[in-house]
Amino acid sequence: MTAALALEPPQLMTTPPLLTLRGVSRRYGDVIALQDVSATVYPAEVLGIVGESGSGKSTLLRMMHLEDSPDSGDYRLALPGLSGNLFDLDRFARRMLRATRIGIVYQNPHQGLLMSHTSSGNVAERLLIAGERSFGALRARARDALDASEFPLERMDARPIELSGGMQQRVQLAKAIALEPALLLLDEPTTGLDVSVQALVLDTLKRLQRDRAITMVIVSHDLGVIRTMADRVMVMRRGRVVEEGLADQVFQDPQHAYTQQLVHAKL
Amino acid sequence: MTLAALTRPWEPMSYGFLDASAKRELRRKMLKAIAVPGCQMPYASREVPMARGWGTGGLQVTLTLLRPSSVVKVIDQGADDSVNAASIRSFLTKVSGARETWDTLEATIIQSRHRIPEERLRADQVLVLQVPNPEPLRPVQPDMSVARQMHADADYGRLWLVLYEQIVRSGRIMEGAAYPALVNGRHVMTPSPIPRWDVPKLHMAPHLTFLSAGREKRLHAVPPFTRVEPLVFSDVPYQVEDHANLTCHRSGVSGYFMNEIPQGDGTSRFELSDSHLGIKAIRRAEGAAMAVGPTWYDGKLPR
Repeated sequence: MTAALALEPPQLMTTPPLLTLRGVSRRYGDVIALQDVSATVYPAEVLGIVGESGSGKSTLLRMMHLEDSPDSGDYRLALPGLSGNLFDLDRFARRMLRATRIGIVYQNPHQGLLMSHTSSGNVAERLLIAGERSFGALRARARDALDASEFPLERMDARPIELSGGMQQRVQLAKAIALEPALLLLDEPTTGLDVSVQALVLDTLKRLQRDRAITMVIVSHDLGVIRTMADRVMVMRRGRVVEEGLADQVFQDPQHAYTQQLVHAKL
Repeated sequence: MTLAALTRPWEPMSYGFLDASAKRELRRKMLKAIAVPGCQMPYASREVPMARGWGTGGLQVTLTLLRPSSVVKVIDQGADDSVNAASIRSFLTKVSGARETWDTLEATIIQSRHRIPEERLRADQVLVLQVPNPEPLRPVQPDMSVARQMHADADYGRLWLVLYEQIVRSGRIMEGAAYPALVNGRHVMTPSPIPRWDVPKLHMAPHLTFLSAGREKRLHAVPPFTRVEPLVFSDVPYQVEDHANLTCHRSGVSGYFMNEIPQGDGTSRFELSDSHLGIKAIRRAEGAAMAVGPTWYDGKLPR
């Protein structure tokens, strides 16, 4: 009895965040794209970023993908071998980090895929950049990645240009997850797809997230997509974060006037 | 003392056709190219009395290297007697006073398009290849400024991607000529029109090789004893054309790179691509004393 009472108070679970972005600001001429934006993403969590067109959400995702540098700000990923502000990395280091640790799915497949190469080749390219030089392994790993993104394998050697929009997104997804990235960035992954295909792609994403516990950041203007996918939500407007919180909380009880408008404006 | 005594006598053209400053620039670029094996060096490609695309790049390098004591051999498609080879050779000898030859063993400078001679080159010989397209990344990256960045990053994944897709589509690598090769473990070059057969001849070769593209205004070099490794997958071996069992219908020799000559009845005959090696073999069979040097693939080809 007394032994039970003598127990030390339990320690709190503290998982350090995978992604920490602090005070990121970016201007393009007179246009303020981002102003003092901070974000934190924990491992295996899905962060949704919503906002209207021009609110800076895609710019923020580009920063996370190290495609662009901000005027000021600090970006860290808690990954082995990485320290310091990632915005200070040079082009080569950024490229290697992008190629091996971060996956991205763009809204427009033309941005993320080599349209004149085969679908399996597109996936294999990622592996080639990472140094895989065995044809058999490339083929097997490309097949696995395409299979995981529920791409019909009999079409794995078709060029993406010959495929439907939903399939192109699946190729992009396979390419992004081929190297088991620590972070998966999704920029409007289902915009432009019809509703049923959109649901299928979201299903795949959801299943991947469950099976592989991938950390995701998903940007969308579609609240439905965010509601299905995200654990936490960030609402952006005019380059600022106006509200942040758990997805249910934000959607059930929006605090900021803009978020209220956004939630109620849903058709 | 008169002014005339201080100057050189008037000449109708400068030695070796190119003016001194042009040759100086080329020499500097050639030295740079040797210093960074396989890296493409831009140079100011000068006008020569020949159309761009007909070997002006190789011609300029050869003109820069020539001395009156040089012995020059020019090959076009393996042959010494084709029109292009003959006219380049006569031009070279005319402007430099160098001696011309068809014999690989005798030559000090060999300018070539398409082929590396079958007889092994020595350390005192220089091979100059005329290259139409020096950029291996052009098929995968049309933007040349991005391609240069890819060279800087050694970002050559897409070249393997091309090979991957050839195996996927055709079951084998289809790159017959211009096979990309990694030079000194750093830069990928395309030794453009030479066949796959000839690429291993550059690996750890004792001679110096220049590859120069006049139209593209770029040259690169493979210095002696430099690694030249064709891009391959670890589980797909590098294969050259299966010519080991073909026999030349004129000289009767086999085991070398052959030209296929289609016949009227639908069959084809083969003859040695390296024409002077064939001539030597025929003369030797007739009883003449001909020295044939050791060849690259002596006993190394599977029969």
